[in-house]
Amino acid sequence: MDLIREVEAKYGKKRLPVVHVGDTVQVDYLIREGEKERVQVFNGTVIAISGRGINRTITVRRIVQGEGVERVFPLHGPRVQAVRVSRRGDVRRAKLYYLRDRTGKRTRVKELLGEKVRREAAAIKAADEAAAAEEAAEAAAREAAAAESTDEAEAVEV
Amino acid sequence: MALILGRKVGMTQIFAEDGTATGVTVLAVGPCVVCQVRKQDQDGYNAIQLGFEDVRDKRVTKPLLGHFKKADVAPKRFLREERLAEEPTHSVGDVIKADVFAAGDYVDVVGTSKGRGFSGTIKRHGFQRGPETHGSMNVRAPGSISTKRRGPLFKGKRMPGRYGVDRTTVKNLRVVDVDADKNLLLVAGSVPGPKNGFVQVQTARTAPVKAAS
Repeated sequence: MDLIREVEAKYGKKRLPVVHVGDTVQVDYLIREGEKERVQVFNGTVIAISGRGINRTITVRRIVQGEGVERVFPLHGPRVQAVRVSRRGDVRRAKLYYLRDRTGKRTRVKELLGEKVRREAAAIKAADEAAAAEEAAEAAAREAAAAESTDEAEAVEV
Repeated sequence: MALILGRKVGMTQIFAEDGTATGVTVLAVGPCVVCQVRKQDQDGYNAIQLGFEDVRDKRVTKPLLGHFKKADVAPKRFLREERLAEEPTHSVGDVIKADVFAAGDYVDVVGTSKGRGFSGTIKRHGFQRGPETHGSMNVRAPGSISTKRRGPLFKGKRMPGRYGVDRTTVKNLRVVDVDADKNLLLVAGSVPGPKNGFVQVQTARTAPVKAAS
């Protein structure tokens, strides 16, 4: 099992967005339109999280023109660029399939508020920033190394 | 042609750039040691014998222990031969690692299928099922097995019985990735046998023609 985890760690994303069932999210999904690629944003409520490791997916549900639409996003999928949580939900179920039978105002999920939520949000933000900084540092290091190697090449030429 | 021995680790999936996921089987293969070299003039055929996974002396039979001693290698749990068309270039003691294959190669994987016990004809031979309702009493039964005119049963008539634990080959699996440091091989698709089951991975006998692209 550990070997499977190792392989998945190699191929999957290093960091996954932190999402919970009941959250209202915006998913940035890269779609292909003919030759061009663009990011499509899918708004909705997370009604289920399933799978382990690299197979982890979220099911996002929203109502479009009175019709329920659900999409399943593999969190490790390269087309899923970002999942932003705009609102935490206060729910007591792991799967919110009961929302499928509801319409109108009853489809709302209560917002999860309080000190704990604020603390968690701050922690996630800090971790995101740290990861971004690390990535930037790595990119800079790569660039520096590239510059150095070209310098050397030039020196050799001289 | 290349052969390597190993164990099945399990399955997972990996994503391509365009977002499509491929189901892959992770195999822990090698390092394998050449335990014997067979030559045409001596043995009547050319082959190398590979051994995989060290085992305590106590676990192997005395004749096998002598065989390993002769080759001066540690006793192995899993021994298989690879037939070669020409005289082998390997010598006893050579180590074969996962890098005999590269990503994009096609391989055949031989394993022992999962045991299913005493199974009926539907699972074992893919027979059709009868209707469950409308008075039918023939749901999973095999139906008629012969007629009066045909006489007694033909040999090989497909019937219920022990199913599984057979040598099974899956052909033409694509190698997705090779990790020689960790001795891992990733092949697209499924592989016979349970997790931890022994497998032989060999170059595909009838490799599919590569796409023109």
